[in-house]
Amino acid sequence: MGQPSVDTIWDWLDQVPDPEIPVISLVDLGIIRDVQWEGDMLNVTVTPTYSGCPATTIINLDIQTALKNHGIEKLTLHRQLSPAWTTDWLTDKGKAALEKFGIAPPSAKGEPERCPNCGGHDLEHTSQFGSTPCKALWRCRDCLEPFDYFKCI
Amino acid sequence: MNDQQALFQFLLRMGDNSLILGHRVSEWCGLSPVLEEDIALANTALDLIGQTQFWLGLAGEVEDKGRTADDLAFLRDAWDFRNVLMVELPNGDFGQTMMRQFLYDAWSSIMVGRLIKSSDKRIADIAEKASKEIAYHVERSADTVVGLGDGSEESHARMQAALDYLWPYVGEMFDGDEVDAAMVAAGIAPDPASLREEYDALVNKVLSEATLKVPTDVFYHKGGRTGYMHTEHLGHLLTSMQWLQRAYPGATW
Repeated sequence: MGQPSVDTIWDWLDQVPDPEIPVISLVDLGIIRDVQWEGDMLNVTVTPTYSGCPATTIINLDIQTALKNHGIEKLTLHRQLSPAWTTDWLTDKGKAALEKFGIAPPSAKGEPERCPNCGGHDLEHTSQFGSTPCKALWRCRDCLEPFDYFKCI
Repeated sequence: MNDQQALFQFLLRMGDNSLILGHRVSEWCGLSPVLEEDIALANTALDLIGQTQFWLGLAGEVEDKGRTADDLAFLRDAWDFRNVLMVELPNGDFGQTMMRQFLYDAWSSIMVGRLIKSSDKRIADIAEKASKEIAYHVERSADTVVGLGDGSEESHARMQAALDYLWPYVGEMFDGDEVDAAMVAAGIAPDPASLREEYDALVNKVLSEATLKVPTDVFYHKGGRTGYMHTEHLGHLLTSMQWLQRAYPGATW
């Protein structure tokens, strides 16, 4: 088998789910910054979301496992801190998947656009942190359900 | 002390501050007054410990003796830690924990803001990453200080007591020495004293909104960031933080 193209590898990585929010892929999350061949060595550059995100090591392991399963033998993961990860890098596909899953996607105005459950607009902020560092807790006064908001950073 | 040794000391100070505060904050896990606060404190602790991995990881590289961030966190003794005294103080009640968090976050937000312009690219990168989380931390801790300070008679009294207790530990964050002079000369980090004006403006604004009275005493405790003398609390903290690695050397998950 010849060397798979970089585009093919991006497609493979787009099949790897985020370990904490499995409805979106690592590519949707915007943390894969670069994929490049250097001879027979594949270099993948990954940017962490939050410094203390417990998923970081799992993400690295998932990338290695997925690519090994596709037959990539020589692989190096690089950590890139700058430019720092921002929610602007979430793909539109990822944002739509988040909302469908019940997590309000990040919005430029710094708060959720609408309730991901009922679409209501009468929303209130419950807590600056949600179930993971990347989320805040909100509540909808229309359907009275709490929901997570993927906060902007 | 040569430049590399000074840089190592500076990185230990940054990493030890976030490590020790991160550990202290993590002590609330499962104990906070309400679930949302429990989650918020645990997440703050995670961010701080994550930042520690960057600072101490780089410290290990600069030292060049093969020590990792984990080695530096778990295999040093109290006299080798370089955190300011304030972060090692016991949590006290929830109000005291949040007051300490605010007094530290305010300093930290200004410090990392300056470090983004560091002449050392590795430090600038860490600062850029950390600054986003710290902006979030300071927003939350300031809101909580205002909410409790300008709250009930009971919460106001507790926040004032927390401020009176913690204020004598604020000054150390602005104390400079030969390490700082070397960092300033190399364009790596600012003179700690140069952060004071911005700090006072931020802190006074929030504390006045919280209806709290800032103590006027100028005396402050010091000895943490130089390692000259830590409080008696650090040893106890390390005993709990380091016991697993001490009891089972080399243990990994």
